[in-house]
Amino acid sequence: MTVGFRRSAAIIARRDLKVELRSGEALSVVFPFAVVATWVAPLATDASRNLLRDLAAPVYWLVLLLFGMMIVFRQTALETSAQRRVLALTGLDPAARFVGRSAASALILTLMAGVLIIPILVLYDYRPPSAVWPMVLVITMAAAGLAMLGTLAGDVTVGLRARTSLAPLLMAPLATPLLMGASQTLEALIAEHSIITWVLVLVIANLGLAAAGVISARALEDIAL
Amino acid sequence: MVLGGVRVLAGCNLTLYPGESLGVAGPNGAGKSTLLATVATFIPPTEGFGEVMGVPLGGEKTPAIRPEIGWSGHLPALYPDLTLEENLAMVAHLSGHSRREGRLALQKMGLGGALHIRTERCSNGMKRRADLARLLLGHPRLVLLDEPDAGLDREAASVIGRFIRRTTIRGGGVICVSHDEPRLSAWVDQVIEIREGRIG
Repeated sequence: MTVGFRRSAAIIARRDLKVELRSGEALSVVFPFAVVATWVAPLATDASRNLLRDLAAPVYWLVLLLFGMMIVFRQTALETSAQRRVLALTGLDPAARFVGRSAASALILTLMAGVLIIPILVLYDYRPPSAVWPMVLVITMAAAGLAMLGTLAGDVTVGLRARTSLAPLLMAPLATPLLMGASQTLEALIAEHSIITWVLVLVIANLGLAAAGVISARALEDIAL
Repeated sequence: MVLGGVRVLAGCNLTLYPGESLGVAGPNGAGKSTLLATVATFIPPTEGFGEVMGVPLGGEKTPAIRPEIGWSGHLPALYPDLTLEENLAMVAHLSGHSRREGRLALQKMGLGGALHIRTERCSNGMKRRADLARLLLGHPRLVLLDEPDAGLDREAASVIGRFIRRTTIRGGGVICVSHDEPRLSAWVDQVIEIREGRIG
């Protein structure tokens, strides 16, 4: 009996979240160290308040990218060849697997993005846009994009000897449109300029990643098995 | 079969009918696991021809027969952070079965009292039995066991023999790979030996 796409994706997402919650690695290791990483600029540079305010957005997105990669790659690296084979034998659509994994990672990354705002507000005297909901939406879209990109990079490098270095090297440059779209949208919101162009960049990057992940899922699974 | 420029299997000619069990013995690196992975549709044959349930191996239709195949590797495919019941429930849900069926399968393998134990805290024998319980879900027509007795003592390994018999009685075919030929002979109808990628 075959199980529907959405249900399969939901089962995979639930499994990943449960494993993450039980192991506690994201919450108890990666999140605290990501917060500590945001302290570096204010503590190490003795920078002026104005300079810190300028550094706030770049530091925020950089820390989110670097620590987000750790979370996303951990999720794909944990899965053994035997586990992938068993999932394939259940008849699981590889595209549903991609969507489920990405959804779980996106949720964790969104949570981390929310947590990271606190030290940025406190230490960098950052003044966020007054429009809170568009900001939340932009951060969620950036997190979803990073999650899909990380899942895809993890799947592309499965079984390669240089995986641990190759996956981040693949992900970092490809994350540029996502981070540019997100950071420029927030800047535009603060300056009360039009955000349409940068939101479009973000939407197109997300749609492109979703399409690439879904279309390549079967071929990547065949290689990984 | 050529993998990474190395010929791993050559001239393997096998036929397995429903209700039959076949043992594959041989030394390390002989090609036993590759043979099993090819039959399980994980690795498409680079040469020659193979069919599983009427579907050519390596063809476009191979994903369609995967739910009819049960495979257990030499390391159990369980998630250490999940309980045994959660592991089985996930596979059960993905293959269109219920959590209850997963629980029943674990009970049949004598793990009724260990449903809520996290896999990382289970012994090798318990993990192996849980992995076999997964193969009871949906009763696959073809069961492939890759060194299922690895790391098990004689008593724990006897579960595998019973499992193979149970599968063939209901009409399923079984291929079991093991280093231990005498043990394998006690479990299956016929044992073949592979050496350097060739059936001896």
